[in-house]
Parts: sequence; C-alpha cells; structure tokens
Amino acid sequence: MSTMSTAAAAPAPSGRPLWRRLIGFNLLTAVILGVGGYYFGWWIGHLINGPSFEYESATDENDVALLLGYFFGVVGFLIGLGFANYPVSRLLGRPASLREKESGGIGRYFGLCTDHKVVGIQYLVGIGVFFFVGGLNAMLIRAELLKPVPTLVGPNQYLSLVGMHGTMMMGMMTSGILGPFANYFVPLMIGARRMAFPRIEALTFWLLMAAGFILVSTIFFGGFPTGWTGYEPLNDEAVMGMDSYIVFFALVGVSMALLGLNMMATIITMRAPGLTWSRLPIFVWSVFATAVLMVLAAPMLIATLLMAALDRTINTSFFLTAGGGSSYLFENLFWFFGHPEVYILALPGFGIILEILPVFTRKPLWGYRLAISGMLGVSLLSFFVWQHHLFVSGINGDLRPFYMLSTEIISVPTGFIFLCVMGTLWKARTTFSVPMLFVYAWTFNFLIGGLSGVVLSDVPTDTGLHGSFFVMAHFHYTIMGGLIFSFFAAIYYWVPKMFGLRLNEVLAKCHFWLMFIAFNSTFLPLFVLGLKGMPRRVSTYEPALQGLNDWVSISAFVLGFSMLIFIFNVVYSLIFVREPAEANPWHSKSMEWQVPTPVPVNNFEQIPVFDSDPYDYGTPAPITGGGRPATAGA
Amino acid sequence: MSEPIDEPNHTARFATLWVIVTLIALPLVIWVIGPLLGPGTDSDQASAVGTDFTVLAVIATPVATLVVMFLLYSAVFFRQPKGQMLEGPAVRGHARVQATWIIVTSIMVLGVAVFGTVRLESADGAGSGSGPSPLTVPKGKKLPVQVIAQQWLFTYRYPTYGGVETTELVLPANEEVEFHVTSLDVIHSFWAFKLGVKADANPGVDNIAFTKPTKLENFTVRCAELCGIWHGYMSGAGRVVTPEAFNTWIHQEQTKLAPATKVLPKYSTTYLPEPLRRGE
Amino acid sequence: MSLLAKKLLGVGAAVVVLGVLIGLYVAAWATSAPPTIVATSAPASSGGTHLTLETVAAIGPKYSPSHPDWVSYLIRKNGKWIHSTIFTVPANSVIHVTVYQYDGDSGLRNPLLSQVQGTIGGTETINGKAVNAINPEETSHTWVIPQLGVFIPLPGVPEEAKNQCEFAPCEGAAHNTIEFSFRTGAKGRYRWQCFVPCAAGFLYGFGGPMQTLGYMDGFLNVV
Repeated sequence: MSTMSTAAAAPAPSGRPLWRRLIGFNLLTAVILGVGGYYFGWWIGHLINGPSFEYESATDENDVALLLGYFFGVVGFLIGLGFANYPVSRLLGRPASLREKESGGIGRYFGLCTDHKVVGIQYLVGIGVFFFVGGLNAMLIRAELLKPVPTLVGPNQYLSLVGMHGTMMMGMMTSGILGPFANYFVPLMIGARRMAFPRIEALTFWLLMAAGFILVSTIFFGGFPTGWTGYEPLNDEAVMGMDSYIVFFALVGVSMALLGLNMMATIITMRAPGLTWSRLPIFVWSVFATAVLMVLAAPMLIATLLMAALDRTINTSFFLTAGGGSSYLFENLFWFFGHPEVYILALPGFGIILEILPVFTRKPLWGYRLAISGMLGVSLLSFFVWQHHLFVSGINGDLRPFYMLSTEIISVPTGFIFLCVMGTLWKARTTFSVPMLFVYAWTFNFLIGGLSGVVLSDVPTDTGLHGSFFVMAHFHYTIMGGLIFSFFAAIYYWVPKMFGLRLNEVLAKCHFWLMFIAFNSTFLPLFVLGLKGMPRRVSTYEPALQGLNDWVSISAFVLGFSMLIFIFNVVYSLIFVREPAEANPWHSKSMEWQVPTPVPVNNFEQIPVFDSDPYDYGTPAPITGGGRPATAGA
Repeated sequence: MSEPIDEPNHTARFATLWVIVTLIALPLVIWVIGPLLGPGTDSDQASAVGTDFTVLAVIATPVATLVVMFLLYSAVFFRQPKGQMLEGPAVRGHARVQATWIIVTSIMVLGVAVFGTVRLESADGAGSGSGPSPLTVPKGKKLPVQVIAQQWLFTYRYPTYGGVETTELVLPANEEVEFHVTSLDVIHSFWAFKLGVKADANPGVDNIAFTKPTKLENFTVRCAELCGIWHGYMSGAGRVVTPEAFNTWIHQEQTKLAPATKVLPKYSTTYLPEPLRRGE
Repeated sequence: MSLLAKKLLGVGAAVVVLGVLIGLYVAAWATSAPPTIVATSAPASSGGTHLTLETVAAIGPKYSPSHPDWVSYLIRKNGKWIHSTIFTVPANSVIHVTVYQYDGDSGLRNPLLSQVQGTIGGTETINGKAVNAINPEETSHTWVIPQLGVFIPLPGVPEEAKNQCEFAPCEGAAHNTIEFSFRTGAKGRYRWQCFVPCAAGFLYGFGGPMQTLGYMDGFLNVV
C-alpha cells in the first residue's frame, strides 16, 4: 500500500513519510473501521438482546449481536475504503472527484479504484483466492470420505466444511466470469471508456471480499449445519455460525444485483457508434443474458435471507409450521433464486466458449443468432423450472408434470449452444492452443452435465436420485466442468492483454491435461455412487462403496495438485520470467485486442466506429457443393 | 486460400462414423449398462424406475455419441497445419441444419416429457412423495405405514395395528404399502432405495408414497435431506417378509411395546409436539 | 527482477504465509473433538466393564467457557468428571452403566422413547426400582444407541426438589440414579444421542448442545 489519496485530492507525492501515507481511505483504514464497526454492532446487540432475554440466557447465543456486528463491520469497511466520500461530499455541497486512483502504481489494486481494468484484476485475484479456499475445504471433505466411518473430522465440522465449500463456491463463482472478465473487457469490446457506474463496480468487488471473510469467520461461531441451501427449520435451530452464512449470501446477493445492473446499463447505453445489437460479440450477449438473471433473481435471495434472519432474531414464524409459516416457503423462495443462479453460473461459460472458438478455428461464429436465442431462451426459461428441486418434497401432484416439461424444454436452447460449437468446428482450421483445449473440454463436460440433468428432470428417476451423489456429479459437471473450465479458458486467453505477459505454455498444457483427466476421474464415479444409493452431505457410507470413494478422493487430490501447477505457472511467468506478450498474440479480430498492451487508462484515443461483428474470419467463397451461399448471420 | 479439390466428404464420413458408434453403444446401454442403473427389482416401483433409466439412457446415447464423436473427428481432421495461418470457410450458419436441430431436439424433449408424465402418473411411478393428495393412487387394499422422521431417527407407526410405533420397518411382500411420511422437527427425507421410494418429511405435512415390495429382501432406509449433525447416520435396516411372518412380527411388537403405545398420542397424519418456538 | 515484481512477490509471500497459518488453524478446528475416554475394562466376574455418566442442566464456565449454560453429559474416570462423550468399550461384552441424572424434566417429543429397550432384562433400575418405561412427560434426557437398539429414558429431578445442581460436576445435589446393562457385539464406531428436547431456548429444543459432539451426542467405540 504505497499510494495514498483522499477523494478530493490528487495522489500525494511519494516523498512523504510512511505513516502519513498510510492515513487515508485505504485498505488499512477499512480493516480498522471494519473491526471497530463489528465490535460496535456486537455491543449494541448485547444492549438490546442481552442476558435479560430468555433465549440468550438459556442458549449463550446472541444472533442479534452477531448480525449487527457483521452489518456495522461491513459498513465500516466500506467507509474506510472511501465509498462514502462521493455521496458525503455531494451532500455537503463540495466538489468531489468522480474517478478514484485512475493512475498510479500497484497500490491502487488494494483499494477503491474506479478504473474497470483494475477492478477486473482485483476480481480475478480476489475470486481466485476464495476459489482456493473453497477448494481446500473440498480436499478436507474428500480426505474424510476416504473411510466409511468418521475418522478425521467431527460430524459438526464436516457439515460446516461441506456448507462452506458449497456456499463459498456458489457465492464467489457467480461473479467468476462477470467479475474479472466482463468488467475488464466489456467496455473494450463495445468501444467504451468505462463502465456505466464505476464506483458501483468497485463496490461489488469489495462487498464480495467482505462477504468471503465473513463466511470463513463462521468457524469461530460454531459453523453451520445446513449446507449451501440453508433449509429451514434446521436453519433456525442452528447456532450463531448460521448468521455468517446469512450475511455472506445477502452481501453476495447485493453484489450480484449491482453487478448485473451495471452490466445491463453499460451494454444498453454505452455501445460505440455502429455497434448494433446484431454486431455485438457473443460474450457481451452472454453477459447481458446473465445480468438480466442477476438483477431479477438476487433480490429474491436477499429477501429470503432477511426473513430467515428475522426468524432467528425476533421470533417471527415465516418458516415454522407451528407459527403458521411453512418450511416449503423457504424451499420455494430459495430455489426461485437458486435455479436462475445456476444459469448465472452457466451462461457466461457459454459466452466465453463461443467467443474463443472463432479465434482459434479461423472461422466466423456459426449460428450467431441461434446462439443468442439459446442464451436468452435459457435466461427466460430458468425462472420456470425451480420446482424440480422439490419433486419429492410433497408438492401438489398437478405441478410436477409441468415442471418436468419446463425443465426438459430448457435443454433445447442449451442444445443450440452445442450446435453452434459444432458448426464453428466444422471444417475449421483449429489451433490447439491452451484456451482451445479448454473449449473442447468444456464441450465434453457440459455434455455429460446436461444429459445427467435430463435424467434428473424425469420425476420417476429423480425419485431414486434426488439428494444423492448423482446430483452432486451432475452439478459439478455443469458448474465445475462448465464454468471453471471456461474460467480457465478465459484466463489463458486474456492474460496477455490483462498483464501484457505470456503464461508458460508447457506448464499450461500440463495443468490442462492433469485437470481434465483428474476432473473426470473424480466426478464420473460419483454418478455410480449416486446410482448405488449414497446420499449427499454424509461422512459415513456403506463399506462396500469404499473402493469407489477412495478412487474419487485420490483423483480429487490430483485435481487439487493440478491447481498448484496453475498457481506455479502464474507466479513463475508473471513474477519471475515476465516474458512480454504482443498486443494481439491470437490474431483476434475482436475490439479488445486492437488496443495496445498495456491498455491505456482511457482505453481508446478515439472512440472506435464499428462496421461489423468481430467474426470476420474465413474465406468468403462457399466450399460445400450444393449448399447455399454463405450468408452473414444466418 | 481455396480448398484442395480432393477434400473428403466430411458429412458422409462423419455421419457413417456416428451411426456405427451409436449402433455399437446402444446394445451396450440397453443390456449391459441399463440394468445396472436402477435401484434393482425389489419392488414394482424400483423395477419401473429401472426401466425409466434405461429408456432415458437410450435416448441420451445418440446425443452423447454425436457430440463426443464430433469432438474427436474435428480434433483429428480439422486442424491447422503446423506453422500456418489458414482460414476456414466463412459459413455463418445453415438454415436447414438449424431448423432440423431445433425440430428434432424439441420432439425428443417433448417425447421424454410425455414419457415421464405417463410413467409418473402410473402406479409404478408412485414411489415418489406426492403430498397429502396424490394424483395417482394404486387400486386395491393398501397397508398404511406412517414414517415419522425426527432428529435423528426414523420410527414407523402402523395405524391399522393399534397405532403401534416401532423403530424397525418390516413390510409384508406383495402387498401395496401406503407410506405417510411426516416430520416432527426439520426437513428429512425417507429414502428406501431398493424399494424405489423417496418422500421428503416436512413438519406438519403428510407426504404420501406407495410401494409394492416383491422380493423377500432386506433394504436400507436412509435420510436423503440434510437434517443436522447425524444426517449421515440416520439410517436403518428394513425387511420384506412373508405376510405370515409380518403378522407374527407385528403382534410381537404390539405386546413388547404396549407400555409405549399407551402413552403415544392418537394416530394423526401430522404431529407437532412441544416445544415449538425458540425461547421456550 | 523489476521493482514491481519484487513487490508482487513480497505480497504473495506474505499471503502464502498467512494462508498456511490460517489453513493450519482451520485444520485444527476441523479435527478437534472431545477426548476419548476408555471405560474401565474388567472381567465379568469382578463386575464387568463399567461406565459412569452424569447429565447436568448447565455445564458451567469451568468446563465450557463459551457455552456455560448448555446441558451436557459427563463421564467419570478415575474419580474425576471429564467433559467428553466419546467412550471406548470392549466388544462382545456386558457393559454396566450408571447415570447420575441432575437435570429437570423437559418431556419427550416422541413418547415411544419413554420405553426401555435393548438392555439386559429389558429394564432399567431407577433409584433402586426396576422399570421398563417411565412417564414421557417426566423424561429429562435419553441415552440412545440406535445402531445397537439401546433406548434408555432418564427421569428428571422434580421442580420442587431441594438442592438442585447449578453447574457441573454436580456432586451432592438432587439427582436420580439410573443403572442398566447392555451387550456389545461386533467392533465398530457407534453414535449415541439424546432424544429429549433438552437444549433449552433453541428451536424444538434440538439446537446447540443437542447438535454438538461433547454435550448431548457422542460416539461409542467398540474395540
């Protein structure tokens, strides 16, 4: 942290003493104010819900104190970073800077910075760190599952690990592609100098960082036993650690809603001249489709968690049958968010894959309009399928065929993406660079994930599979096999532009092959385990299944090791070797590659004018005899 | 760059390859993999679920082979020659291919949905928890068994045998069983895997599922919805016995558990025993 | 290496060190468990293997600074009361258990569990009198090993009793003494739990101590 600035002053010269440089609105202040806010909230919580209240005296649990502590902690954290500076300055009638730390050294990566490129890299590193935290939880889980009897981890801690793994991954990776890559590249792809709301953009990042820290702090409060779905009434029974989950997801929900809002506003209003909707890069379309989902679904989550928090503090009965509520209410509210949520995870992956394909096949994207209708179709339909998570829970029998139909219909627009992939690969001239390898792997993984989803959408087969490891395998194939593989494809594709450096190709290929093989070796047997009747979230199972579980655990450790190869590559290439990359190493025709590396602060000297979509590859004459002339955008 | 004149007919080659691989895969799926997919044949519902699995796997096979073979084919044949930067054909779409794909996938999906609905609403599909008023009720005499889920044990109440509540699930073979699944506290799920039954246990809700066990086998009951610390241990053994053995067993249990039966609440489809709120 | 790279490396190294420390802390937290107490093993002729347990209304700040008001089981070993619920007993043996019950009653949610099952003789001895079931409203705790079919209801101390226990160990306070014996079979790790909603204040009485190893839940290692 070597740069210091206040909202209304220019960056100070670095000749000042360190202690003066550390005072100001930066990460250190944020942490101090965050901790202070936490203790302040905790103190207020004890004042209003202290030992005079029966719940607290009997249980030694004070949810009000913890929730208020977290709330004031987050507020203090954000104020310390400088998010209140602009609103307060304007309230006081003083001129305020609109752009924070637009130029400067590495210090601006550790604070509030309104340069979308900086926010993109902050997201990449921040989400990466929490991804590894979630991954370590998974390694502990798999270590426990090596033996059918509990060995390493106590039953409470096991459930907390399972919950932390799922919650951390779901919360963090929803912004896994939109955060780093959409923030960095959407303005470049549409010819804009910035996002529509730069300060909100930075806010979404820091909210996520605060949230991640809050989730990890659950272990100080007893962990939480509900898994990432947080079902009531178990949610209400749980000790204080449950509040960490509630606050984490609420913050994630706010971050998601704002991120989606920002993306939509940017894409709708800030496209450069000539960039009509039909010339937009497919990645930007996928970001748009995802943003719509984020804006509509995340508020549902926030409302649901607020109700859960009220049940846990002031004794309302939203979800308690005895008080007139219903446990079904939580399930429905949660999954009304939860199902669009998983499409928020999947859609950006579609966009990345289709964006990368033309560059390495030297062909235009096949079926551009089909792909767009696929993505928008998935977006729309994702709101109509959520009851498939409740097929055996005793919902009205009339509803089940409808949701079975809607869930199966959603596979049709998803299939469009596969057709576009295959169409682009047809008669292509494919270079098997590392991003392209990940594209192939994505197609294979998402195929398995998608087909297993069709099996789950059929109610009779779902009777056997709901709540079993088959479901685990299905969503790991779609989320990890889909999203994470496209996440890495995006990293390897865009690192030369983001950092101006090349990643070592040999290490990258080692990472890819080890990851792909280990991933399939880990998750393919999980289908078998589910078909043999092993339920989810358990640390004990039939001894006959130990062989399969051991195979899966060892593969999971290898998968974790492949991630270490990636980290090693990053450190080695970006810190030690630092081999510079050209401005357009992949010879892409997309706008973000036409700017120099490093990308100038204001992105473009002059706003560009677009005259076509970025898929102007390929020889124009048709090759296939008897076909129609190639049309632009069929 | 123009294409060489002796460019092979990729469409014909790939189509042939795909058909051959699918024809090899289908018998494997139907006769080797299919029977392994379902939960076995211990009850009518389990057998039906097994059939559904095989049908879905058969429908999924050509799709899977299409995409996988396509990836392999394109990885082998559609490569960039080393060191060159050739471009592929500038084809942005093909209306007939897209239309065919849309129509075929829609038909397949609708077919699967109709198939699923028909199977679900048949007596064979009645193993899933269908709520207090299921659409399909198997005909004939049924043995009602209430499954009471609580943290962290399943107990079973037989209302037609004096309302006796046992900790062991014993069922007579070849008789339709009507499970009434409910919970005393949090959400659990009654999963009798080999019987093809899964029904969530919600507090204050009566969730009905049916099964007709056909084999004299033991089965395991597990909880399938995370319910707290001992969720993974909330399992028990169940038995399917001859109707005579069942009669003997239930009368033994009635005698053995008479003191408990006296103090049980009257049989009801839902129970909400105290304490019910926080702070009580 | 440029200055930027050095800074990055410095930050990275600090993060890695911090990460490793945090990882070690998390691993320690994940694997923490109450101590395993080995029951005094002895041949049948001299009384057999004995387990002496007690149940208290509040564990107290000495045994549990973070949760002094939680109900708990304790086990006596070498004359001292230890706050653990993980016991080791021999396989294929008769285990004699004595429980000193110091807590008031909460009442069973499922009255089925008021009947004694799985003991030798099908009864338990309460303050000297053998019974096979108790009043479900007067149950304070139960000791249940579902996998072995052992169900032991423990009656509560009446409200009007004098000299009620405040915090563990509750030597000399008002209590009920329950004795029973059961047989162990094959080796294994069996769980046991209480079924009475005795976690006062929590929803359904089943939160907190009812869901935490070391209080109202434990393991029986049969070796």
